Amino acid sequence: MNTEKNIKTLLVKKPLKLDCGKTINNFPIAYETYGSLNEKKDNAILVFHALTGDQFITGLNPITNKDGWWSYAVGPNKSIDTNKYFVICSNVIGGCLGSFGPSHKDPETQKVFGTNFPVITINDMVNAQYNLIEHFGIDKLFSIVGGSMGGMQVLQFISNFPDKAKTVIPIACTSSHSAQNIAFNELGRQAIAADSNWNEGNYNSKDTIPDKGLAVARMAAHITYLSKKGLQEKFGRKLQEREDLKFGFDADFQIESYLRYQGSVFVDRFDANSYLYITRAMDYFDLGKQFNGNLSDAFKETRAKFFIISFTSDWLYPTQENKDIVIALNAIGADVGFVEIESDKGHDSFLLDVPDFLSALKNFLDKSYIEN
Amino acid sequence: MKNEFKVIAELIEKDKKVLDVGCADGTLMKFLKDNKNINIRGLEISKDKVQKCIAKGLTVIEGNAEKDLMQFPDKSFDYVVLSQTLQAFLNPEKVINELLRVGKKAIVTIPNFGYWKIRLHLLTKGTMPITKTLPDEWYNTPNLHMCTIKDFVHFVKSRNIKIFKSIALNNENVSSINDTNLGVKNLYADLGIFLIEK
Repeated sequence: MNTEKNIKTLLVKKPLKLDCGKTINNFPIAYETYGSLNEKKDNAILVFHALTGDQFITGLNPITNKDGWWSYAVGPNKSIDTNKYFVICSNVIGGCLGSFGPSHKDPETQKVFGTNFPVITINDMVNAQYNLIEHFGIDKLFSIVGGSMGGMQVLQFISNFPDKAKTVIPIACTSSHSAQNIAFNELGRQAIAADSNWNEGNYNSKDTIPDKGLAVARMAAHITYLSKKGLQEKFGRKLQEREDLKFGFDADFQIESYLRYQGSVFVDRFDANSYLYITRAMDYFDLGKQFNGNLSDAFKETRAKFFIISFTSDWLYPTQENKDIVIALNAIGADVGFVEIESDKGHDSFLLDVPDFLSALKNFLDKSYIEN
Repeated sequence: MKNEFKVIAELIEKDKKVLDVGCADGTLMKFLKDNKNINIRGLEISKDKVQKCIAKGLTVIEGNAEKDLMQFPDKSFDYVVLSQTLQAFLNPEKVINELLRVGKKAIVTIPNFGYWKIRLHLLTKGTMPITKTLPDEWYNTPNLHMCTIKDFVHFVKSRNIKIFKSIALNNENVSSINDTNLGVKNLYADLGIFLIEK
């Protein structure tokens, strides 16, 4: 991975006090922008990425040479129209695509942090990203948008900076990670820890990365992003390039082969320690708890317009958890819209070509911008 | 825009906060927002109709009045509008109570089962009446609790709900209902519109 030359970074000089108690300073935030900021600086949208996303939302990702993770939704004339809006996305801290993370060197010891990197939270992530808004001299974002962990960041951002966004779009997310969410993340972390190459987080040479553990973590997580119906329709019991069962443990079924492939491509682009840190941040997320159990209080300072979107077949962040956010907002008379999109594509629906979702997102943004 | 919505819009003063329960494609909401500067929200059960509202730039929540009204605080809207859907709920009384809890006032419209064409249909044909306002067959109608204008007036009075305005609608014809003409309006109106408060 030759990363350096394709990655824009902002070096944050201001110290940032993390939830864990430690303070970081002089840390890099890697970001990318799309479209252009208008003179009034009122057309900026901050997009937050999910667990394994990065700052390269759309077009060609120069690191992976594949399409950006939200190419269906972001681009010229798309839902988040880069002809109209200035779109900013940054790699979360703890990540592995340029922002301050466990694969960086500790300036004090000159050794790679590994698991000596401080444990970070969703709150830390958005506080770090806030520096970008200041960097661009944007007083108020037109919108903040994100799905899954990106949605959690959206909620945390507007709670921390209530007057810094006009519209707020959390998608397929939750205000509090459930026991089931934590359980799946723990499964992934334990898969990584069980790989002897992980070595308590100290793997520096490329030949000894815990790729097997990370691949299993990805395979397990990938299942949670799809629906049973979606899997059945796509794969059923179809066999992988063979006429019959082989009575062995090769990938007989297409679904096995598919998951193995997903695991293998993931290890080329993602760092195992980052996976530990980011899943931990998600598990620690409980916005209501930050306000003594009253989620409404997280939003009582903001006048922003919310639009919450869930998907029928998403069992990882089901509709009810999204609706709980709607309920908390309605309880304080906030301006909130909500729609549950019909889709068989599971949690991943927000990343895929789901026309009802893409048109709802576009309509909400474009109509809100006219009223701006 | 249909006459019913024009009458409803006239009942609402400028700059108020309004919830349209069962807002359908948002026609009334859009009108109130554009012409009366109303801070308007909608609640709608159909996904297709929610999408139509979003395309109009309206704030709408996908949901069911029987379950989802409870999330709104007491008296959080100046008006709550319920157009021609009261009869489709499992428990209309509960919905009326919720409308009056959430709204300072409620505007409820009902298709009048006492309308003469309906009575005549049942009398002469002996089958369940089908009209412009009630177009469905008995086996596929969403309407579970049909009532007449008279029934509704009796019901709200028995529950100590105040009626501010009662309006009878017959096509383009708008007239007010009072104690003395109730019987006649119950025969000649196909729609009743009520502004109520508790």
